Amino acid sequence: MSGSMIFLLGLAGIAAMAFLFRLAGQKATGDAPKFRDMSYGEAFGYMLAATLLILAVWYYFQPKVTEAGMANAGVVFFRWAVQGFLIFAAAAWLFRLLGRNVGTAWTRKLFRQMPLTASFGILVILIYAFVAIFAGAIAPHGQEEILGAANVIAGGDPALGGDPAYPLGTDQIGRDILSRLIYGAQNTVGIAFITTILAFLLGGTFGFLAATLGGWLDQLLSRAVDVLMAIPSLIFALLLMTIATVWAPKLGIPLTWFMIVIIAVIDSTRVYRLARAVGLNIVVMDYIEAAKLRGEGLGYLVFKEILPNATAPLLAEFGLRFCFVFLTIAALSFLGVGIQPPLADWGTMVRDLAQFINFAAFSPMAAVTPLLAAGAIALLTVGVNFVVDWMLHKSSGLKE
Amino acid sequence: MPDPLVKIRNLHIEGRSDESWSPIINGVDLDLNKGEVLGLIGESGAGKSTIGLAAMGFTRDGVRISDGTVEFDGIDMVNASAAKKRALLGKRIAYVAQSAAASFNPAHRLIDQHTEGPVQHGVASRAQSQEDGIELYRKLRLPNPDQIGFRYPHQVSGGQLQRAMTAMAMSCRPDLIIFDEPTTALDVTTQIEVLAAIREIVEEFDTAAIYITHDLAVVAQMADKIKVLLRGDEVEEADTRTMLSSPKEDYTKSLWAVRSFERPEKPPAEPDAVPVVSVKGVTAAYGKVDVLHDVSFDIHAGRTVAVVGESGSGKSTAARCITGLLPPREGHVEFEGEAMPLDYKARSKEQLRQVQMIYQMADTALNPRKTIAQIIGRPVEFYMGLKGSALRDRVDQLLDQIELDPAQFRNRLPSELSGGQKQRIGIARALAAEPRFIICDEVTSALDQLVAEGILRLLARLQDELGLSYMFITHDLATVRAISDEVVVMKDGKVVDRGPKTEMFRPPHHAYTDLLLSSVPEMDPDWLDNLLAERGVDNIGDAAVDKM
Repeated sequence: MSGSMIFLLGLAGIAAMAFLFRLAGQKATGDAPKFRDMSYGEAFGYMLAATLLILAVWYYFQPKVTEAGMANAGVVFFRWAVQGFLIFAAAAWLFRLLGRNVGTAWTRKLFRQMPLTASFGILVILIYAFVAIFAGAIAPHGQEEILGAANVIAGGDPALGGDPAYPLGTDQIGRDILSRLIYGAQNTVGIAFITTILAFLLGGTFGFLAATLGGWLDQLLSRAVDVLMAIPSLIFALLLMTIATVWAPKLGIPLTWFMIVIIAVIDSTRVYRLARAVGLNIVVMDYIEAAKLRGEGLGYLVFKEILPNATAPLLAEFGLRFCFVFLTIAALSFLGVGIQPPLADWGTMVRDLAQFINFAAFSPMAAVTPLLAAGAIALLTVGVNFVVDWMLHKSSGLKE
Repeated sequence: MPDPLVKIRNLHIEGRSDESWSPIINGVDLDLNKGEVLGLIGESGAGKSTIGLAAMGFTRDGVRISDGTVEFDGIDMVNASAAKKRALLGKRIAYVAQSAAASFNPAHRLIDQHTEGPVQHGVASRAQSQEDGIELYRKLRLPNPDQIGFRYPHQVSGGQLQRAMTAMAMSCRPDLIIFDEPTTALDVTTQIEVLAAIREIVEEFDTAAIYITHDLAVVAQMADKIKVLLRGDEVEEADTRTMLSSPKEDYTKSLWAVRSFERPEKPPAEPDAVPVVSVKGVTAAYGKVDVLHDVSFDIHAGRTVAVVGESGSGKSTAARCITGLLPPREGHVEFEGEAMPLDYKARSKEQLRQVQMIYQMADTALNPRKTIAQIIGRPVEFYMGLKGSALRDRVDQLLDQIELDPAQFRNRLPSELSGGQKQRIGIARALAAEPRFIICDEVTSALDQLVAEGILRLLARLQDELGLSYMFITHDLATVRAISDEVVVMKDGKVVDRGPKTEMFRPPHHAYTDLLLSSVPEMDPDWLDNLLAERGVDNIGDAAVDKM
């Protein structure tokens, strides 16, 4: 029987089960509103979810090694993913429990109303911040330090080519991967943070100015931003960075500063658009008119009247923008024009170690090395987005 | 006696706030017979709309029926299945919302939205329902009934849209219609034609209706019986005439008494006195279109000039010309005999201080992120240069003046205040500049009658104490009667009539003033009948305005 036949039969089975499930629910509960008013689509959704869950459990308990003696890499990675998910969920839950019982009344209230995803995001951000700030103290080796053995496999099991001294292994020229991951947090996250703040200073200031003053200034700025936004951002950044690699040595300024400014300017166009749109909605309010008629200056209008009312959307945008900047830096580093070696950086680490993924079928441990850096990027991105979602929800739900 | 159409017993409704359920409705009973109209009145927050929706077996998100029964024609609406409710709603029970403009889908034509219900419920085919729709439009006296349905919602006026919505509610000939403040957002002259149309069609099809409003005079025209609500409790219920002539409860009496507030008459200003503000031949335009044509009027010290007119008549534009937000194309504005620069940007700090403004919507007039002390303190700091404890004392003094307790209110945010309290803060902010002249732009139209009366009394008291002059923009003639010394009537950007209040309310009037005055609903249940008999059904509302 072909694969598509099995798939169609499975769907038909789920469809039939959904019908039975709803009927059984109605009978068993004596027509409780939950089952009585349940649409067929909802019942189908429940059954689909149940089927997928059963499949996942079945897959989880498949043997780690295939009959031919090869490692079953899919199962190994799936188990790691599930275990990681459970550990993080438990950690987030414990963290929230801690937050609910420790701290001021205000933070306790905050934690009480917090969904698990948000507490996970906050936990991840706190861990990253801690690692980035204290990288020098935590890391067992220096980021540029070349140690004895190259290409040590992660896991620290000598039988598989590991070394207990380097729990996550070493790279091609023998640098400790754990130390480089830790320093990578400092470099990648730190630079992304500075870049995002710069982007917000630029975009926010010009956006609010355009919204408040309007007229030709608004036209000039908005059209300039349109032009910048019309060019694909990564290609544009790549182009400018290539130019900067020529200029940087001549001017004696580190290339990193060029990167920060270039990415900040490109990303500030997005911030400008948001700040202008939010600002335009606030500028038409009567309290702005009242302030204008009082004779207030531009600075007071922008910083005392408009800005406090725009913080919620700007803060949410800050989280998202931070992720994008962070990914752009990783992408530029991956392409070789971003953070320059020997500084540790996650994007560069993924590029340098990428070929190890080919060994996944033979040894999952060998393939894990490039995935560690990629995973570090993914985890922070997910964490920040969870927090942003929560803040957006809060600012829309508790509209004053 | 047959069973009532709607029977609500011991209804309790709760709303969720801050993780706990708090009561909204505490045990209300309601009976409505076939073909009967019940008026539900009360302040905002009294639970009128909640009861109206509960009669349909519906609650808003975060609200639940915790106890009691709702029966519609013997059907238990609280426990009915979604499918059963779907079969009833739209077909046998219909709902007319306050803002027709927000309730119509702007992307579809009126008639397409009209036919949706009947086709969906299998009452009629699309063609039949369309024909019936045109018939209903004719009955509701919409202009051009054959074609109006083929327009989009933005192409017809507010009053017409409200009637189209009533027609839509009628499309399945329901047994019950719930009208939720259907005329609150309309001008008096437009309101009257909607009222007449609703009443006529409800009578013709013998439909039962629940009419929700906070305007007593309106409910007096529409309802057979009236139920008064206060914070989720029933105060009393009686048939309309009994209720109007002899209310039993104190609360109801206080509602009735609001309309009687009228400040004592003042002697006319000295003929040779220099007016505080003098508008001289102002013509102003948005873009190329003139919206004000040669408008002139004076406002004397310690006097209130009410500027009256429908929406679009140029009242607020006149205020924008005085403040300098919209520099006039011709003419100018004098303050105490001296011409002020046309644009507010060219005016001195002192000139700006003398002219202050109070806005209609206190929600948008106060910065939601600032505390009351910051909002009121800013003009004090800005104009008088007070700092520290002197500033604090002045803010407390201002709060005392508007009858709010400083200790309790100074550190609150606007969102923690009620509508009336917010409006008082708006007044305090204007007072903080110590001006001689204040523009009040529809300051009471968003408030309940009792609260509005409090604001009017406060403004009158402040005027006496501080010798302020007001320009009072309003479309509500009861407010004009209560507070003004002189009246300016505007229409299409022109001043059509002006004079002292006593003269304006006494015939003979200018024809337009007469139309405005006679369109204001009175607390007499026969008022609408008499008016219709006097003017004829085709001579009310927009039709009458157009004939001028």
